[in-house]
Amino acid sequence: MAGVQVSNVSRSFGAHKALDNVSIDFADGGFYALLGPSGSGKTTLLRQIAGFDFPDSGRIAIGGESVERVPVEKRRIGMVFQNYALFPNMSVADNVAFGLSVRGEAKAVIATEVQRALDLVQLGKLGGRRPHQLSGGQRQRVALARAIVTKPRVLLLDEPLGALDKALRVDMQIELKRIQREIGITTIFVTHDQEEALTMSDRIGILRDGRLVQEGPPEEIYDRPKSEFAATFLGDANIFRGDTTGDGIRLADGTAIAAGAGAKLAAGAKASCAVRPERIRIARDAGTSDGSANMLKGQVSKRIFAGNNSTYFVERGGQTLKVIVQNTGKERLAEGQDVVLRWSPESTVLIVAG
Amino acid sequence: MAAATASRSGLRSALPLLAPAYLWLTVAIFLPLSAMVFFSFMTELPLSGKPWAFTLGNYAAFFSQSLYLTLLLASLRLGLEVTLWCVVIGYPAAYVLAKVLKGRSREAIFLLVILPFWSNGLVRIFSWAMVLREGGILDTALNAVLPFKINIDLMYSYPAVIIGLVHSYVPYMVLTCYLTLQAIDDSLIEAGRSLGASRLQVLKRVIIPLSMPGLVAGAALIFVPVVGSFMEPRILGGRTGTFYGTIIEDQFVAVFNWPLGAALSFILLAVVLVILAVASPVLRRAA
Repeated sequence: MAGVQVSNVSRSFGAHKALDNVSIDFADGGFYALLGPSGSGKTTLLRQIAGFDFPDSGRIAIGGESVERVPVEKRRIGMVFQNYALFPNMSVADNVAFGLSVRGEAKAVIATEVQRALDLVQLGKLGGRRPHQLSGGQRQRVALARAIVTKPRVLLLDEPLGALDKALRVDMQIELKRIQREIGITTIFVTHDQEEALTMSDRIGILRDGRLVQEGPPEEIYDRPKSEFAATFLGDANIFRGDTTGDGIRLADGTAIAAGAGAKLAAGAKASCAVRPERIRIARDAGTSDGSANMLKGQVSKRIFAGNNSTYFVERGGQTLKVIVQNTGKERLAEGQDVVLRWSPESTVLIVAG
Repeated sequence: MAAATASRSGLRSALPLLAPAYLWLTVAIFLPLSAMVFFSFMTELPLSGKPWAFTLGNYAAFFSQSLYLTLLLASLRLGLEVTLWCVVIGYPAAYVLAKVLKGRSREAIFLLVILPFWSNGLVRIFSWAMVLREGGILDTALNAVLPFKINIDLMYSYPAVIIGLVHSYVPYMVLTCYLTLQAIDDSLIEAGRSLGASRLQVLKRVIIPLSMPGLVAGAALIFVPVVGSFMEPRILGGRTGTFYGTIIEDQFVAVFNWPLGAALSFILLAVVLVILAVASPVLRRAA
C-alpha cells in the first residue's frame, strides 16, 4: 500500500492541454474520486498515474518513489477498466490468475490467492466460467478480483460502474467500498457521476479543462464550493451574481443577499452567491421574519413531484430558482402561486466571480 | 416452436438471396468438377474419338510410382514453408496495421499490401525472374553497394519458388490477421500490462490466442493453393521446380492425359481435406 503524489503534472496532445499543472496528494488507504465532465482530463490523469502515458512535465510518486517514467507493468498498480477488459480466451480463474502467473508464482500459491480473491468478490464458485457467461455485475467483480489479487500499491478504477444499470450500480458502490475498506488499498476512481463521487469517496477532486478546480472531502466541496463550476457540477445550486458588499452581494436590482461562508472579498468586486435548493424554505407569504434570513419574492412556474420531495421552480426577476422541499404531506403550492423564499446566510456561499 | 417457425419462414425468404450463388456454384464448379471425377475413371478422354473404358488405373498409378508420392510430399513441404513464411512476414505487418498505425498512414500501407492482388499473376512472377536472375536487379544492386564481388543467382532454385509464392500469398495472411487483430480491444492489452505482463507476455498470452482464428483462416487460404501451385514453381523453379502441381499441369497441357491429371488432382484434394480435418480441431483448441 502506498499513497500517490501528483505534483505539477502537465500533458498536452498537440495543441490541446489535457492536464495543466495538476497537483493532488492521494493519502495512503484513501478512497478518492476524480470527478469532471468528459474532456476534463480525469481519465488522462488516471492514465498518467497508471503509466499508460507519461507526463510532459511534473512528478508522479507512488509510495514516495518517483514513477513518472516507469512503464505501467513495473508500477505495481491494479486497474479496473470501464468495459472490464476481461480476457475472453481465459476462464474467470485464469483471468484472475494472470497477474500472478506472469510474474512466475508457484501454481499452488496462484490457486490459493485466486480463490481468496474470488471469495472476496463473492464469486468463489464461478472460477471455471468464461467471461461471456457472466452478467455485467459479475464481470465487474472479476475485473476487481483480477486487479487486487496481485496486491498492488494502488487501485485505479476508470468509470467502473458506468456500464451497469442503476440498481446494480448502487449495490456495486456498497460492495466496492466494502472491499476497499477490507484490504485498505489506496483507491483512485474516475467518474462523471456526482452521486457516485459523493457516496463513495473520502475525498473528491473536481477537474475542468485539465485543471484541478477544487479538492477536498465531499461535505466540504458540497457545502463550501469555491467556484460556480464546483457548486453546479457537484449537486444543484442557485447562483446569484452581483457586487460584493463585504459579507454578501447586492444584486442588480438592489436586493442584498447575506453570505455566511466562502471567500472574503473586498467590497465592490464582482462576486456570486451559491445556495443549495434544499436549504431554501418556500412559503405563501412572508409570515414572521426571523431577522437575519435572506428573503426573495417570486412566483412558482413549475412543480415536480418526486415522491419523497418536490422541486419548485420559482421565477424571480428573470431568473429561475430551484427549491427542493421534503414531502411532509402538508401544504403543496400550485403553479402560478406567489411565494416568499427564505434562507439563512450560513447556507449561502460567497464565490469569486468567474 | 415459435423459433422453429421463424427459422423456416426465414429460410423461405432467404431462398431468393441464396439461389443465384448456389445456381452459379452448381453450373460453374459442380458440373465441371463432376465431369473431371468422371474422366478420372477413364482410360482415354471420350472427346478424342479413341475407344475408352472405365478403370481404376489412374488412381493406381499414384501408388505404383513412388515419384508421385515424393512430389506430393515435396508440395506439402512447400505449402508448409510458404505458409510459415507468410505468418512470419504477414502477422507483424497485420499487427502494426491494426494496432499501431491510424488514419492516412494505415490506408497507405494497406494499399501496398493489397497491390499484389491487383497485378497480373504472370507479370508478378516474371518481374521476380528479372530480380532474381544472375545479372538481375538484386545481383546488380547488391554488387553496386557491397565492396566485394558476390554472385546472386537465385533463379531456377527452391528459394526462388518460395520467394515468388510468399509474395503472391502473403496478403491473405495480412488481411485475415488484420481483421482478427483489429477486433481485439486495446484495453485488453492495457489490462495485461497493468497486471505486470511485459509486451511480449501480452502478445503470447492474449493477442496471439485471440488472433488464432485469423492465423488459421490465413493458413488455410494459403496452404491449399500453394500445395497445388504450378505457375511459380515452373517459371521461377525451372528444373528444380517440379512439384505435384506441375505434374498435374503437364498431364493437362503437355501429355494430354486428362484422366491421370484428374485422378492426381482428386488425390491431392483428398489429402488436403484430411490434413485440414485433422488440423482444425487442434487449431480450434489452441484458439
